[in-house]
Amino acid sequence: MIWNETVECMSREEMRKLQSIRLKNVVERAYHNTPFYRAKMQEMGITPDDIASIDDITKLPFTVKQDLRGNYPFGLMAVPMSEVVRLHASSGTTGKPIVVGYTRKDLSIWSEVVARCLAACGVTRNDAVQVSYGYGLFTGGLGLHNGIENLGGTVIPMSSGNTQKQIQIMHDFGAKVLACTPSYALFLAEAIKDSGIPREEFQLKTGVFGAEPWTENMRKDIEEKLGIKAYDIYGLTEIIGPGVGSECEHQDGTHLWEDHFFPELIDPVTLQPVEPGQPGELVFTTITKEGMPMIRYRTRDLTTLNYEPCACGRTAVRMSKILGRSDDMLIIRGVNVFPSQVESVILEMEEFEPHYLLVVDRVNNTDTLEVQVELRAEFYTDEMSKMIALKKKIAHNLQSVLGISPAIKIVEPRSIERSQGKAKRVIDNRKLI
Amino acid sequence: MLIKQLSIFLENKKGRFTEVAQILGKAGVNMSAFTVSENSDFGILRLIVSDTDKALEVLRENLYAVSVADVVCLHCPNQPGSLARAMQIITDAGVFIEYMYAFSQGDAANVILRTDNVARCAEVLKENKLQLLAASDLYKL
Repeated sequence: MIWNETVECMSREEMRKLQSIRLKNVVERAYHNTPFYRAKMQEMGITPDDIASIDDITKLPFTVKQDLRGNYPFGLMAVPMSEVVRLHASSGTTGKPIVVGYTRKDLSIWSEVVARCLAACGVTRNDAVQVSYGYGLFTGGLGLHNGIENLGGTVIPMSSGNTQKQIQIMHDFGAKVLACTPSYALFLAEAIKDSGIPREEFQLKTGVFGAEPWTENMRKDIEEKLGIKAYDIYGLTEIIGPGVGSECEHQDGTHLWEDHFFPELIDPVTLQPVEPGQPGELVFTTITKEGMPMIRYRTRDLTTLNYEPCACGRTAVRMSKILGRSDDMLIIRGVNVFPSQVESVILEMEEFEPHYLLVVDRVNNTDTLEVQVELRAEFYTDEMSKMIALKKKIAHNLQSVLGISPAIKIVEPRSIERSQGKAKRVIDNRKLI
Repeated sequence: MLIKQLSIFLENKKGRFTEVAQILGKAGVNMSAFTVSENSDFGILRLIVSDTDKALEVLRENLYAVSVADVVCLHCPNQPGSLARAMQIITDAGVFIEYMYAFSQGDAANVILRTDNVARCAEVLKENKLQLLAASDLYKL
């Protein structure tokens, strides 16, 4: 189902007109109400009058995560705090968290875009949706929550953790849809298997998973283990939270709701727009947000954009799976390594479980990479030679994808931590000073 | 005359064997023979126990990766040349030995053999009047 056909299926020309009007509007507000944006624009010698259409967006300065930290907590608000009705913050594992504020209108836009996502994933008002994203400062739980209510579905507000309770409620309440991180979905799938409750007793049919990158193979694994169809929902706290875009039933890219979040792709080094069809770093401008507008916010997510209309009828631009993150990127012996590359290799090999840990260290001034993996139960054999052959096989496959050869460590079953939120997949022990 | 042997995957970490021994001990399972084969980061602990099913159950409950393999136990005189004779018979039958471990007690020696064709191995040894121990004999030693 298409939730808002008028905008989701709008012609490109009409969309550009709408985006142009909204961009001018948001630049005006940011310039006059947020000293940070005004100072940056003045530095570049531009004023809101220089923005006549969406094409002029390239004249505007970029915003990066550090700008949000530097203006902690409320420095980037474009409205008085009396207009702010909700605050959220990122988990802030490094340094200060980043804080975002929503006006009443921002919340209504948020629940609108999440409803679009859910409808695109086939969720209807007849479905009970178990929200196993964390509730709280994290945008995941409450973001999905309001979207489901707007759609008319039934919210089961579980939040994250307490896996046994999750399984019981999912079973007893007949949840049709599960919304959580893909790694927690896998964790739940294993816990359901361990619980001994037959899968047929669950009514689950759809998964709406996001908040961390995952691959096509991980999707297959989740779909097989839970017996559901799994969709990718995309979002980030700085832009609105979950609901910036999602897949539709054709699963050929993630539709971005570009009437609210205008996407660009840039070369992360030259900061110039990339050629059409080429991969680049995704940059968003929130062209309708009131509380805390983001002007050309660099997401660090690397992807491609496809402007062809989709078989589902939507014209909304589609982005490919996230190819990596420019700040997750590890530089090992001068080579760029993305955890997603390692994941794709592991998921292609039936002998291994879809969990891994990368341990980076520096020994005698040389970087080392160790990849820890678990075998699937039936592949732990009595024969040392077969186990060593498996190690060599995965080492070879990783080497051909990464361009460097990692050390492989096969670990005991279930010894790699199954994360209940964002999976921790990298430990970098290098002391660079 | 085939004996069930358990093989447990263990990371090379302090206390792993201790834990296995404790789990089996608590379950009342006795070990008759064992050997460890290891490389730099993991080992395979192979053992023959008094109650294979019970051991499998408690080890899997504790999330160990355990597999079961058939082996034979050759019982031969503890004197020069007696092992050589048995080896010759196995080799002549075209059977390949994957690994073996042994212990001697006084006049006799016991050799546990894992081969690529365990049934054929047992057959040729018996044809040549060599003595094989059953699992129950082994537990009594």
